[in-house]
Amino acid sequence: MSEIYNLTLCQIIEKIKSKEISCEEVTKSFVNRAGKSKKLNCYIEDTFDQALKKSKDQDNKFESDKKLFGAPIAVKDLFCTKGVQTTASSKMLEGFKPEYESTVTSKIWNEGANLLGKLNCDEYAMGSSNETSHFGNVINPYKNDKDLVPGGSSGGSASAVAACLTSATVGTDTGGSIRQPASFTGTVGLKPTYGRCSRWGIVAFASSLDQAGPMTKDVKDSALLLEVIAGHDDKDSTSAQNKVEPFSQKLKKDIKGLKIGIPKEYKIDGISKEILNLWEKGVEVVKSLGCDVKEISLPHTRYALPTYYIIAPAEASSNLARYDGVRYGFRAEGKDLIEMYENTRSLGFGDEVKRRILIGTYVLSSGYYDAYYLKAQRVRRLIKNDFDEAFKKIDTILTPTTPSSAFAIGENIDDPIAMYLNDVLTVPANLAGLPAISIPAGYDQNNLPLGLQLIGKPFDEHTVLNNAFAIEQSINFKSNFKDWWM
Amino acid sequence: MSEKQFDYYLKGEKGEYEVVIGLEVHAQVLSKSKLFSPSETKFGSEPNSQVSLVDAAMPGMLPVINKFCIEQAVKTGLGLNAQINSFSKFDRKNYFYADLPQGYQISQFKYPIVGEGKVILDMPYGTKEVGIERLHLEQDAGKSMHDQDPNNSYVDLNRSGIALMEIVSKPDLRSPSQVGEYIKKLRSIMRYLNTCDGNMEQGSLRADVNVSVRKKGSKEFGTRCEIKNVNSIKFMQQAIEYEARRQIDVIEDGKNIDQETRLFDTKKQETRSMRSKEDAHDYRYFPDPDLLPLQLEEGYIENLKKDLPELPDQKKQRLISDFKLSSYEASVIISDQAVSSYYEEVAKNSDYKLAATWLMGELFATLNKEGKEISESPVSAKNLAQMINLIKDGTISGKIAKTVFEEMVKHDGDPSKIVEEKGLKQTSDPNEIENTIDKILSSNQDKVQQYKSGKEKLFGFFVGQVMKEMKGKGNPRMINDILKNKLK
Repeated sequence: MSEIYNLTLCQIIEKIKSKEISCEEVTKSFVNRAGKSKKLNCYIEDTFDQALKKSKDQDNKFESDKKLFGAPIAVKDLFCTKGVQTTASSKMLEGFKPEYESTVTSKIWNEGANLLGKLNCDEYAMGSSNETSHFGNVINPYKNDKDLVPGGSSGGSASAVAACLTSATVGTDTGGSIRQPASFTGTVGLKPTYGRCSRWGIVAFASSLDQAGPMTKDVKDSALLLEVIAGHDDKDSTSAQNKVEPFSQKLKKDIKGLKIGIPKEYKIDGISKEILNLWEKGVEVVKSLGCDVKEISLPHTRYALPTYYIIAPAEASSNLARYDGVRYGFRAEGKDLIEMYENTRSLGFGDEVKRRILIGTYVLSSGYYDAYYLKAQRVRRLIKNDFDEAFKKIDTILTPTTPSSAFAIGENIDDPIAMYLNDVLTVPANLAGLPAISIPAGYDQNNLPLGLQLIGKPFDEHTVLNNAFAIEQSINFKSNFKDWWM
Repeated sequence: MSEKQFDYYLKGEKGEYEVVIGLEVHAQVLSKSKLFSPSETKFGSEPNSQVSLVDAAMPGMLPVINKFCIEQAVKTGLGLNAQINSFSKFDRKNYFYADLPQGYQISQFKYPIVGEGKVILDMPYGTKEVGIERLHLEQDAGKSMHDQDPNNSYVDLNRSGIALMEIVSKPDLRSPSQVGEYIKKLRSIMRYLNTCDGNMEQGSLRADVNVSVRKKGSKEFGTRCEIKNVNSIKFMQQAIEYEARRQIDVIEDGKNIDQETRLFDTKKQETRSMRSKEDAHDYRYFPDPDLLPLQLEEGYIENLKKDLPELPDQKKQRLISDFKLSSYEASVIISDQAVSSYYEEVAKNSDYKLAATWLMGELFATLNKEGKEISESPVSAKNLAQMINLIKDGTISGKIAKTVFEEMVKHDGDPSKIVEEKGLKQTSDPNEIENTIDKILSSNQDKVQQYKSGKEKLFGFFVGQVMKEMKGKGNPRMINDILKNKLK
């Protein structure tokens, strides 16, 4: 464990600042390892050369006040990066180089981190296995007899953090896209409160649900990255004015007296025994930490997934209308404008994206709008009310992150419903706009990692992080895959 | 007012028909930047020179509401005596077109910023009230150009994202002339408020016109057709006349009107079917998740109301009470803010009745002839006031004033100087007038006798002869008085 790439983000920065290691050494360590890990297919595009050059410059011009000084960070390919290809893993945007940098990534570079590359994900963040990417599926560093998916949509990000191909990363979470892959890869993934981080410059999937967040090796790294990327942005009307706290400095593992809710409705049909055992183990841990655990009810939980699969596609069908071949990105010619649209969108989008555009177009159509979209919005309000009610009596909610561990590549790809069920425990937090984190909590019988999820009150990431930190310290999860792909 | 009656009914073979018209006016908000982006909005700039990342719908770009445009819409709503909704929402209207970069237009569908209001028109047969259904804000699209290249179309996104106010009237209009007055009134209100320049040639004001017909006296509406995007009052009126006639012919043939969208061909002077109701787009409206609902702060509307300038209707009332103008004179003068300012300057410095007469008579005729706006008037308000004062103090007669005015038009001359130089000053010397009268009477003794024996009509003859003798410069009132005395 002496390699630099094995260190956490916080450890790396500490060692850089104490001049124990140089920025260049750090970058080289990740560049070398990422270069030998192409089989995992985490990177769509790398910027290794620029990162190495910048790290050298940084060693000559030390800026110790910067929070992420010298950290090489690759980001999900949904964040627009100035001058660096941004594709959302779609053929539609292959070769597209934005002239602008997303707010979230700007904040990261402003704190002295360097872009290492763009990480693979499901096309337009639509998927739970990273198998819908135009640039091929990503492989989980954990495996059994078969290659496994890393989860999705931020699958490239999760695998890259787990396999130490980046010091940390940012993903986006619309229905579980940060937490589910974090759970599948034994890493930490935090979806902040809706509005915590600016959506400006992030390729939009479902605007009322999308939220950027950290994906890291441990809780402290997530806390640090969150305090960098959070904050109000005038360019995003839905971003919140709430004050950003120094989450990483305020982190404490004493959570004695914290009131934790266990929602009985999350014991869904088909959830595996192992997951239930893990959940039970989580309950025991927090009890041993002096928390007050009580069963709560979130009665509309069972409607969350269908509600999500109406609202998210509805917004997506409209958000993706701009990819029409007229101004940028992929175009397939046609004899007239309509045929050009048809050819471009038929060839430019993959099956899952088309499926969701069709669902979304349908639920917004005249005659169906009330029965689907409007009703879904009402149910969304009820789901939010469930949480509001529950949070009058508790501080956080503890659940498993996913109903199963990572599955084999190809196993669910032809069964959209089975695939969508992956999000059943994560979507409620998106619909209610709440902060939620997944932390690794153990292994199943096949030695695959499993995650626990903590959901908090709006803008109470502080409590969520403390709670996660305490569990992490108590469980002391260690990654245990071998570098089989090298 | 006059005794005229509303009489716009169209005759068919089977009776008379009433035309029912409703308008959706698109008025470009007067604002330096666009509705959701900081791009400029200048007319006539190089194609695609006023396009931000948001206007071009680049990935990840988000709209941010321009508060000034909200203010402009609220002000306009207040000018339309309308309900201002402190809660409103922006929706997406989804459709594909090359000049619509987002693939949707951001508009207000369910919750517009302005609700019901009304506009009062001055018609020859009295006032006519037109109901306003709503006013909502929306983005303009870009412009497709199909005539630049044989194989390709070009798109100019300068207009993309510019704020428009869509002002929807109730189906209260009944004739082309009412439509003309309605558009002029809206334009006048928005110009007073400085919320829209109303420039129809540049497309800042255009309308979709809904037309239906029904038998005179019928209470039910007929099926309507919508004529899209008509950009002049004249074309609107022509389109309505054609369309109403067409519908009457269809009905009298025993057929039904199809509800459809039509285009007005300005060259052929006819409307043509564009798409039927069945082919109508399903716009899949839904609330734009990138924007929070718009909630106006408490006191916001009241503050804007407080700072509202005087509006045409208020000004009209003031002109009637302060300057004793007739309702007709006042409504003509207030229809254009520049005209009313001009009038007020002349009236305050001379005589308000004469000011109205000269403005609406000689000056309007001159402007009309020369194709000029009041702002380009060859005669300044100051000089016109001075000329009127010369009439009032008896320096010149009204008749001579016309000659003076003609001189003023040539080079906006000082009327006193013109009178001086041309020797146009009126003679008010009683001796000179009396001498002239004596001379005329003595050389027309026969007529004097006739007059005295009852042929009083001859009075005018004597006045004319005296005036002629004095080369038109005799003071008419004095001539009258002295002549009357002499002929007693």
